[in-house]
Amino acid sequence: MYSHGSESLIKQAREIQESELQKFYSRLVKQLHGREFGHETIDSLQRLHLILSATKYTRTLPPELQKKLLSLLLSSSVEQLQALSSAVLRETLPLSGQELNYNQDANSSLNSHTAALLLSQTGSRSDLSSFCAQLLRSLDSRSPEGPAHSVLHTLPILNTILSHSPDCLTEDHVTLVSKKLVDWLRYASTQQGGGTSSGGFFTGPRSRQPGPIAELDGTVSGDFFTVLCVGQGFTEDQWMNVYSFSMLRHWLLTYHTVSNGNTTVDTDDRSEVDGSVVSVVSATSSSSRLLPPKERLREKLPLTLLSPLSLCQCLVEAVCILDSVCVEDASLVFKAFPCVKGLYGRLSSDLSFARVLLPIAQFYLNHGEMAAVDCECVWKLVFGRFPAELFSDAFLAHELLRFLRLNLATLQLRVPQYTRSFPNLLKFLAWDSPAVVDDFVDLLPSLVTAGTAVELLHSLLDLPCLSATLVLQLRSTYFPIAEPGGRGLLSLEAFRSPTYRGLFLFLLRGEAGSGDTIDRLSTLHQLLAEASDWPRVIQCAQTVPVLLHIYFNTVVTVADEKLLAHLISVLLERSSLLLNIPKYVKEIHRVFSCHLLRLCKLRPSLVVDQSHELLEFAGTTANVYSKEEIFTHVVWKLCVQNRDIEIIFSSWGFQVWVLGEYLSVSCDSRCSVALITSCFEALEAVLFEVTSSAPPSGEARPAPRVITSLMSALAKLASRSHDLIPRVSLFLSKLRTVTRGGSVPWCSNEEDLVAIVTRGEELWSLLKAPSVAQSVLTPPPHVNTPQWHRDTNVAMPLRLYTHTHNHDTPSLLFHT
Amino acid sequence: MVHSFLIHTVCPVSALSAAESRVLYSRVFGAGEGLELRPDERRLLHTEKLLAVARQVRSAVALSRDASGRVLVETVPGEEVVALQEADSGVLRLRAGEPFPGEMSVLWLGVQSLGFTLVCEPHENLLLAEGTLRNLTRHCLEHLHMLGPGSEVLLRSDRIDVLLSRLLPHGQLLFLNHRFAQSLEKEVAAYMAK
Repeated sequence: MYSHGSESLIKQAREIQESELQKFYSRLVKQLHGREFGHETIDSLQRLHLILSATKYTRTLPPELQKKLLSLLLSSSVEQLQALSSAVLRETLPLSGQELNYNQDANSSLNSHTAALLLSQTGSRSDLSSFCAQLLRSLDSRSPEGPAHSVLHTLPILNTILSHSPDCLTEDHVTLVSKKLVDWLRYASTQQGGGTSSGGFFTGPRSRQPGPIAELDGTVSGDFFTVLCVGQGFTEDQWMNVYSFSMLRHWLLTYHTVSNGNTTVDTDDRSEVDGSVVSVVSATSSSSRLLPPKERLREKLPLTLLSPLSLCQCLVEAVCILDSVCVEDASLVFKAFPCVKGLYGRLSSDLSFARVLLPIAQFYLNHGEMAAVDCECVWKLVFGRFPAELFSDAFLAHELLRFLRLNLATLQLRVPQYTRSFPNLLKFLAWDSPAVVDDFVDLLPSLVTAGTAVELLHSLLDLPCLSATLVLQLRSTYFPIAEPGGRGLLSLEAFRSPTYRGLFLFLLRGEAGSGDTIDRLSTLHQLLAEASDWPRVIQCAQTVPVLLHIYFNTVVTVADEKLLAHLISVLLERSSLLLNIPKYVKEIHRVFSCHLLRLCKLRPSLVVDQSHELLEFAGTTANVYSKEEIFTHVVWKLCVQNRDIEIIFSSWGFQVWVLGEYLSVSCDSRCSVALITSCFEALEAVLFEVTSSAPPSGEARPAPRVITSLMSALAKLASRSHDLIPRVSLFLSKLRTVTRGGSVPWCSNEEDLVAIVTRGEELWSLLKAPSVAQSVLTPPPHVNTPQWHRDTNVAMPLRLYTHTHNHDTPSLLFHT
Repeated sequence: MVHSFLIHTVCPVSALSAAESRVLYSRVFGAGEGLELRPDERRLLHTEKLLAVARQVRSAVALSRDASGRVLVETVPGEEVVALQEADSGVLRLRAGEPFPGEMSVLWLGVQSLGFTLVCEPHENLLLAEGTLRNLTRHCLEHLHMLGPGSEVLLRSDRIDVLLSRLLPHGQLLFLNHRFAQSLEKEVAAYMAK
């Protein structure tokens, strides 16, 4: 499709030399001198357009050429020349003083291509206004014999101007246009356009007589002409009906605010408009009542002719228009609701009309309360069947999620199913993450409630599993019979087998509340192991970290201590219970570390509460090797208790750090000596194990920070319970001895080893003065008040200097 | 309102980096946007924004094709309907400011190595926009012989202009039942035959 030839054409166009270009211009001017234009001229114009559009920077044509093109545009009756000259002029700078004459003679036709140029080159609002005025003059006073297309594009042109500059139309203009819209919508002819006879010589008078317009299903039209009416040919006002209906919603939306004080569209006109809209809805409803016969017809006629697509398109538009009309004038709700309700009744059982049902849901949401209608069934559809069965429809997903975003406040208030429906809503994300992750970034905070927080966390972590399951579900539908020859997927077999059905069904559940997660999660992960390289699953996995960040940032605002404690244990538990996708586990660990830290900073007492879990985690040496990534490189500025120390911290053990930092009486009075001791012993055991031998085969050596943070944590704990000091000192001096012998199996880099040993020595010398150690390693809160750098008695470096005369004090501050 | 329509590459192009896209045709509708800028500044702004959109669609197409795992089947001239049926399709949300001032919905169709993209305002009737995009694409494929190796899209852009003037005049989406559509398509066919 896109070939090397095209690339080289573009290159040539871009790199054309100025001299060659000027020659080309003069040749073209000569070609445009005559009256007749042949293929060569057309060809040159096409090439000129390519040259001009190939660069970002706008060229200026020589004035003569520009004038010629302009006159060609305005005077030629050959559409190709109009189109080409308009296209060329749009890519160039208009010459000053060359602005198109806005006040054209009302009789001369304003062709679409001229209008396009005008619109692209208007320099100011006043130009636009005068252009509008001219358009409307021609609209009002056109002669009946005028060329058909001259007025047909007036409405699209107006509409495009409205998008950016609604104030270009005066009140009078708005009234004029509104009246004309009503005319066309309500009173367009219901007879077929005679139009051109296609029979040549042999058309008799009989074939020239147009009959009445018919509906899509063949029945003769009622009293209205609508966009769904068909005929052999169409009259001009029928075309205007189409254009009017096409812009109606935009018109109503733009001017309903303008018409605040003065009834720009007075009530008669408004009800005319509404009447015609309601007629479209009922016309289409009656057509849809005849759907079964339509199916039969469809077998005979090509699909394009009787496609329900145009039906759906009109229904969507009609419902939206009704909605905005009712929003503005609540008294119309009672008239419109029965119509919409009837439509809902006919369409709700057929999922192929899902996209029509969304605007209907919006209507219910906006007006259901006023009309005292029960909307339960609608929400069952929107939060139930749609996500569960139509998750793979990209357009429905986009529209449904947009619906949620726009109505978030109302939904949270009036539709309790919303927050419980996240298992279903997440299916959109699991299926097509890149397309909808942005929407979920906006929606996720609203789905985080205290009641469902834990279940939501599990669901987010298992999003890749859900993704794999949805793939399996679809595959299972398309290939219900197992493929012979054993080429089938293991996971697909598992999906179908009754033994594991329950696991998958849990993932596919529609509503929250039946349990946070399943017991046999690890089984599920094993069954889905082969899915870890499916592109869809990988794409999904890439979005989970972002969503987790949002989740945690939100959950701290709604959770109490108990829930936060529970979440910490979920974090610890799940860190080893994730689908094994490359990089996924690492990323999740990183997110966990960041937020575990934040949680502990926020509620230090959690550390004591969860000390058992944390200890268990920290005390499992295996975690040093497999979850070193969990807590890698957290750079963070601590402003806890006004401490202004920048701590660069990277290790498996921020948890360890956390234990060291927060397990103190100053943070929580429940912190007893026994607790400190038990914590100490757990960490001590790990440190011994890590520094006594090489890591188990297959695992990397722990980073130096792991060792130093363990040592620091032990030192801190010891400083709070002085009985422990001898044990630490003993270890540290042993460490110095061992490392003097040269290399050690647990550290490969000599520089790192030196750093570790130096740190050990610093801590050892600090612990020789227990009270100093205590004040350095566990400074009382008032030390960190901002004035510390001004208060000579309190300033940390000075205290240290005073106590120890240690020239290395600055480093101690920065290597906790 | 439709803000713009563009045709661009969604396959790797040798002269560009992997993520970039070559815009082969673009048309911005709407008047009154960027009135405070000079015409050349406005044109540059439009070009840059559309390039940004093309890149995003390129990436979306690549991800969608990856995820679906379907093999791209080459079709030949004459198989336009098949090519359209096989096309990937989707819709993106562009936040306000990225790069348009307001939020936009971007509908796209990926037909082998080319993408056909419609940038719409989000409250627009997307069902209608989708249908219009498919229709436009089918006509482009047919009338510009795009399934062949030709570079007609570059040199015959007037055909696309005329097509747009009938099916999407000044960015207005039209509710055309099959009869109205037939009538317009006859006009288009007559133009293309010349």
